[in-house]
Amino acid sequence: MGFLVIDQLTMTYGQVTALDDVSLTVKEGEFITLLGPSGSGKTTLLMSIAGFNRPTAGEIVFDGRQITGLEPEDRDFGLVFQGYALFPHLSVADNVAFPLRVRKWDKARIRARVAEMLDLVGLAHLAGRKPRQLSGGQQQRVALARALAFGPRVLLLDEPLSALDRMLRETMQQELRRLHRETGVTFLYVTHDQQEALTLSDRIAVFNKGRIVECDTAQRLFRAPKTRFVAEFLGENNFVTGTRQGGRWTGLGTGFVLPPDRDLPEDRSAATLWLRPGDIALGPAGAGEIGFQAVVEDVIFAGTSSGLHLRLPTGEPLVASVAAEISAAEITGKTLAFHARPGAVGVIPEGA
Amino acid sequence: MSSRFERYALLLTLPAGIMVLALYALPILQVLSLSLTEGKGAWANYSQLFTSRAVAKVVGTTLNVSLLTTAITLVVAYVIAFGMIHMTARSRRIALLMVSIPFWISVLVRAFAWITILRSQGVLNGALMGLGVISQPLELVYNRLGVTIGMVHYMVPFAVLLLYANLTDIDRRIVQAARSLGARPLTVFLKVWLPLSAPGLGVAALFVLVFSLGFLVTPALLGGGKTLMIAEYISVQISTTRRWDLATALSTALLIVVGLLIALALRSPTMRAAFGGGRR
Ligand SMILES: Nc1ncnc2c1ncn2[C@@H]1O[C@H](COP(=O)(O)OP(=O)(O)OP(=O)(O)O)[C@@H](O)[C@H]1O
Ligand SMILES: [Mg+2]
Repeated sequence: MGFLVIDQLTMTYGQVTALDDVSLTVKEGEFITLLGPSGSGKTTLLMSIAGFNRPTAGEIVFDGRQITGLEPEDRDFGLVFQGYALFPHLSVADNVAFPLRVRKWDKARIRARVAEMLDLVGLAHLAGRKPRQLSGGQQQRVALARALAFGPRVLLLDEPLSALDRMLRETMQQELRRLHRETGVTFLYVTHDQQEALTLSDRIAVFNKGRIVECDTAQRLFRAPKTRFVAEFLGENNFVTGTRQGGRWTGLGTGFVLPPDRDLPEDRSAATLWLRPGDIALGPAGAGEIGFQAVVEDVIFAGTSSGLHLRLPTGEPLVASVAAEISAAEITGKTLAFHARPGAVGVIPEGA
Repeated sequence: MSSRFERYALLLTLPAGIMVLALYALPILQVLSLSLTEGKGAWANYSQLFTSRAVAKVVGTTLNVSLLTTAITLVVAYVIAFGMIHMTARSRRIALLMVSIPFWISVLVRAFAWITILRSQGVLNGALMGLGVISQPLELVYNRLGVTIGMVHYMVPFAVLLLYANLTDIDRRIVQAARSLGARPLTVFLKVWLPLSAPGLGVAALFVLVFSLGFLVTPALLGGGKTLMIAEYISVQISTTRRWDLATALSTALLIVVGLLIALALRSPTMRAAFGGGRR
């Protein structure tokens, strides 16, 4: 039995199906991220868990208890919003004390807990300020301290960092990892930033059109996606059609063999092959590698690397990411040899 | 600093400004000057405001009725506005329409309508007696009660719109945050909705109070000459007893009191926020 179980949850807004038969089992203490494009239903699921949405069908079970019909105030989950949603009329300390006063803790205990929480997020010196006197990052820390103050076992976060600039976002990511480690609370984190998801999560549930497409660790989703959607959504990727005959593949060059654990079942003969730009190297193939020829159509400088826009003899486009020292003028328009390791090539059966 | 356009944009308000000056400021200045020169002079005119028992009674009645009107209006309007922001978009449109219907009906018509409802042989007393709830008609009109009913009815739509605008501005995620932190409905209302709508309530209270202090038609008709308020008293002094000295002095005093009220209210930071500028 899981700690937090979402069981076949469906939610419709009139004609729109925001959640379509979503199931997810969260383990205690896990950092799990809901990742997906805009409008894919991430917020809808999070707010259903928080109790603000009433699902049309399905159940939510927390710690063995049905909570599907429970009011938000009875769920004891922490909730952090994108816009922080601090109480503008209360000081930082009073914001953090709010859930404790509601729970009628005694004064001394509240004072101690507020101090402890503000220490945890490094804001002890700003206890008396009003939210509007704080920077975005500081406000977000207050929101975290407030949501964790009453000791919830689950913290729900809806794009908490999306209003911050990039530098601050990276600092706050570290902060979130630390908070997760130090508190041991289960984090359910919504984002549409894949880098954030890869950095933070134990597991990622990838959403598309109201469904969870795949749910797994970041490494496995990145290295061995089972669906074209995930292969495309997580990181940069190239797709070419491949065919197999007598155990040998054609698509990127001809006659190469894929590792058995990657390969298709015996009875199939066509698939989409993927290969990440960083796994393509310039130069002829060595022993056991896959070699192919391609025309360099364009070279795009991107700092530490350059993106080569290639075209295969089959007419399919491909992007390779190579060291930036390469001279654009020298190679543009030329047909060159490239190679890749067979282990870097992925196979997605037709229709997945 | 202001850009070129911003400086010239000021010109767009010029026609309105001239109208205000000609039709508003000049007559007021004239009233002011009359209050200083009419009768036995400025000192006599203004000191009689404090010595005359009639004036004291009228001011007392006005304050009493105005404060009561303000209090009742705010409660009623808050309940309506609070209900409106929780409605579905469709019901809200209908509710807004209903709230604005009174604006289309003249204050005179509305006062007469209340008389037909409230007078001793009126609709309400008739119904209550018919049902046997009462044996004697209740005195609902031609007294403070009648005036207050009429004034509340006049002021509620304004207050609803003011409060509705303020309540719509409140970030609903703050309310959700409170609930997620464990606050039950009453706590959410007292600790979140009420403090966050304080500026709106302040503005609405000021608006209703200022309006009420100068009310003429409604108290004149529904008070039946017995509940005399400042505006009607001034009008009687001018058109019937021809006491320009008293009328202009009282007018000026009322203007000063209202001005002070607004100035005082604007000193509070929440009010300043409501009148623009320092948004959270
Ligand atoms: N209150 C609502 N009324 C009607 N439709 C809604 C409502 N809330 C969400 N939807 C619809 O449900 C779908 C899922 O929305 P949701 O907010 O869960 O997406 P999301 O994954 O959080 O997207 P984003 O990354 O943009 O926040 C969308 O198609 C959206 O238009
Ligand atoms: Mg969302």
